[in-house]
Amino acid sequence: MSGARQILVIGGIALAVIGMCHGTWYAVFAEHQALDRAGGSVAAAFTHAAQRQPAQLAASLEEYREAKYRHERQVDAHGHWIGLAMLLIVLGVAFDRVAATERFRLILAIGLLTGAVLFPLSVLLQTISHGPVPRGLAIASSGLMIAALAGTALGLALGPAGEKA
Amino acid sequence: MISSTPSTALEPAAAAFLRPSARRLLVLGGIGLILVGMIFGDIFAVFVLHQNAARVGAGLSAAAHAALAGDPVEVGAHFADVGSFLENRGTKVDVHVHMIDFGYLALLLALVQPWVAYRERMKRHLARLFLIGSVVLPVGVFLIHYIGLVHSPLQAIGWASIFADLGGVCVLLATAGFLVGVYRYLAARRSSSPSDDLLATASKAGRRLLAGGVILVLLGFAHGAYYAASDLYRHENLDYSILLRMATASALQDAVQVDKSLAEYGQLQGDKAVKIAAHAHIIEFGLLAMILAFFQPYVCLREEWKQRWVSMLLLGSTLLPVCVLFELRYGLLAGGIADVGGLIVIIALLAMWIGIVRYTGALDAATEIPS
Repeated sequence: MSGARQILVIGGIALAVIGMCHGTWYAVFAEHQALDRAGGSVAAAFTHAAQRQPAQLAASLEEYREAKYRHERQVDAHGHWIGLAMLLIVLGVAFDRVAATERFRLILAIGLLTGAVLFPLSVLLQTISHGPVPRGLAIASSGLMIAALAGTALGLALGPAGEKA
Repeated sequence: MISSTPSTALEPAAAAFLRPSARRLLVLGGIGLILVGMIFGDIFAVFVLHQNAARVGAGLSAAAHAALAGDPVEVGAHFADVGSFLENRGTKVDVHVHMIDFGYLALLLALVQPWVAYRERMKRHLARLFLIGSVVLPVGVFLIHYIGLVHSPLQAIGWASIFADLGGVCVLLATAGFLVGVYRYLAARRSSSPSDDLLATASKAGRRLLAGGVILVLLGFAHGAYYAASDLYRHENLDYSILLRMATASALQDAVQVDKSLAEYGQLQGDKAVKIAAHAHIIEFGLLAMILAFFQPYVCLREEWKQRWVSMLLLGSTLLPVCVLFELRYGLLAGGIADVGGLIVIIALLAMWIGIVRYTGALDAATEIPS
């Protein structure tokens, strides 16, 4: 198994395991509470509206906004980690058909793995910080992923019809 | 339509597929999971999704008008209904997504079997554990809405959730087990790669699927990046600001503003849903096409039929996400065509699955004659 293939296959399966661990942890310890919090906050906001309490209404909606923001990012990180992991595995299997030098294949594989690890991680970091760093990391890592995938696609298009594994 | 029967002197690809090998379990189980997940998704899209969205909208409207009338008890009752509708929708989507993704993962694990350094018996145990978990999790998630917290020992999690989580743990353990197997293979520092015709063969059908799949995934990535840059934060801000305007208007007893905000909120949810669905589906279908490219040697159909099913799969894979994206502009027409696109993918996948079942039948017949 070539180095690039090792990175993608081992990295892909490991990333799928990490994504599943994260999903299991979230489902058992956090998801139900997060959904209850989001639903309870928006219901509380309209209850305050019925009681003509605009200040409490705004506070409840702010709580809903934060709960929903966190929940969506947790689910996105879980989904993207596993989705990208599967893409890494299938690309790993096909990687010997990419028309490039072994060194360039290795660079592409490292780029793909780095993007696949960092992009969901940056989404997860947005639950800790609303600042520009996690957003910047998300843009950079998704850009890296797209560039590496485009390079792989080009290599596959130029590659031979089939090669021995 | 059968192209060839495997000879008694088995080729490597055929040998790896003998009954009941781990690869065979994972391939047939994986495609089966994808098919059931897709059929479930199509039924959900046609019969539940839009009706459920209408009920959520009606529930929110009723709650806002109850707040307008100054009735907090009614507000609570309507939000309880909205919560129930959202849970119904959310669990159905989770069943659809998890079943299909477990199917994909099963196919990928089938592909890497030559690099898993275990005895076949151990591989079969792991494959069975994986498939059991892949069925238990979606079934558990499906039942969450109907069982709720009945007889549950926990405050927030019911029995259905507990079983769903157990299913997830089974899948997790099996995948980790395969990962250790690949690591053992690499640690043994074998001088040559295992012989596996499945990874080496590149038929015309396989090449078309691989090329089409990569293009779909790239388009999906580009669309996702565009969505994140132009819509994601705007949608999140609008979700909050529209709800704030709606609730404030209810407190101020401004019925016109409440109705205006309700309409805006419905539009926003629709816009968000179609964009996310298009992004997710184009990537999922691209990945499916890429994975299926490697299994074409197992599809026991004539070459022209293989090509037809490949064309159908790629057509449906393009039609569904594109039409979903146009659903807000062209309404039910685009929605209907999207559902047809999904059906085309299901039919093409079913045809390939039948081709693989025929291959296994021919293989079993070939191995049973000498015995």
